[in-house]
Amino acid sequence: MSMPYYVAPEQAMKDRADFARKGIARGRALVALRFERGIVLVAENTSQSLRKVSEIYDRIAFAGVGKYNEFDQLRVAGIRSAELTGYQYSRDDVDARGLANDYAQLLGNSFTHGMKPMEVEILVAEVGVDGGGEDQIFHIMYDGTVIDRPDTCALGGESEAISSRLTSGFAEGLDLHEAIKLGVSALAGDGRELTSSSLEVALLERNGERRCFRRLEPSEIASALQE
Amino acid sequence: MPVFQPGDDPGSDFPMLLQRAGYGPLNLPAGSMIESPHATTCVAVRFDNGVVMAGDRRATSGHLISHRTMEKVVQADRHSGVAIAGAAGPAVDMIRLFQVQLEYYEKVQGSALSLEGKANQLASMVRANVPAAMQGMGVVPIFAGYDVRRSVGRLWAYDMLGGRYEERDHVATGSGSLHASTVMKVGYRTNLSRDDAVELVARSLWEAADADSATGGPDMVRGIFPVVATIDSEGWSLVGDDELATRYRTLIEQIGGAAS
Repeated sequence: MSMPYYVAPEQAMKDRADFARKGIARGRALVALRFERGIVLVAENTSQSLRKVSEIYDRIAFAGVGKYNEFDQLRVAGIRSAELTGYQYSRDDVDARGLANDYAQLLGNSFTHGMKPMEVEILVAEVGVDGGGEDQIFHIMYDGTVIDRPDTCALGGESEAISSRLTSGFAEGLDLHEAIKLGVSALAGDGRELTSSSLEVALLERNGERRCFRRLEPSEIASALQE
Repeated sequence: MPVFQPGDDPGSDFPMLLQRAGYGPLNLPAGSMIESPHATTCVAVRFDNGVVMAGDRRATSGHLISHRTMEKVVQADRHSGVAIAGAAGPAVDMIRLFQVQLEYYEKVQGSALSLEGKANQLASMVRANVPAAMQGMGVVPIFAGYDVRRSVGRLWAYDMLGGRYEERDHVATGSGSLHASTVMKVGYRTNLSRDDAVELVARSLWEAADADSATGGPDMVRGIFPVVATIDSEGWSLVGDDELATRYRTLIEQIGGAAS
């Protein structure tokens, strides 16, 4: 009679984490950072139609790296959860923290119990009503770990190097073009240049309107980089 | 957090998602007639660069005035609006669901519905209300907007069963619609300016309120005026109470002058 293999829990979790990390590292990275009027999200993305950054709700944006179909499924689940809460109660009752916790449950569950862990890292950002003090950026890992990032956040392969470039250049009250340039240079690193055609940029902007999410056109990105 | 298996996924249909999440439609006991507040007259007219929508503010329960400040003309999204007549409760609910659905579709799909797609979406919501309509709670909306693909204002009328009719120039719904649409029919010219179109809808609601007890006129005492909005290439914009007050004051002077 053959004995079932015994795999130590430490080893099982490590294998799963390695698997997820490998999948995430294959894709291109993205960053988010606060600027004077809100939060800007910059992703390295050659596609103009398959988006990494998108709108969830009035003041909330979503971004994901890794396997496209998996983070897109999470994006739609987030929109559904937010719209259901907003419809059932009030639009004021939808917040990023609640969404981040729901995502953490979903990812944590898939990491420990699923056939395979999801090969994604995601970000949920919410722009505050009055000022930058209320801005929130949550970074959610493939295993369900949630990290609250105060000013900047980097997702994807080489995120540590990108993150250190980002934090060293960050200052309070950057204007939009400065923030985009910082995000792009952090993504590019030394000796590499990213052009507007390989970038996706979107904003959560305190604009006085209900919907704060806005995508930047390639021409707008180009002019921000040229200055 | 709602996650569905492929094949079981409600897609970009928010009412379907609501059902899956356990918020089904209102089930009324068969055969009962319910007396509930009703909203009345709304109109829409095309002008050279878009459409103007307008609605009075009164809701009635039988012979009682139940609300004086109801808003029956509301923005649906950036380039469209919806106006309602009929049972106020289901109508307000339908508008809320319609607004959420348009935005939900846009976010899930990554692009907004076409104007015609929105008109059809509203038709299916009116159709879903047919059981309630059989019990005296019908909802008869108007849908109007600026078609950004064709660069033209367009408007739609509905019937209680979800029938959807695109109109060329103007449309009216509710108990005062006969009087309101007569005014518009007589006053309509092709390529009206925005100002003339606003004047025309203001006048049409005045005449409707003058002849129909369920339609409210401008309330000069409390400062309550009809909701009037324009939708053009720049999007939705409400006409201010100041402008409406001036227009109605002039209108009242003209009528008073003619009588003396």
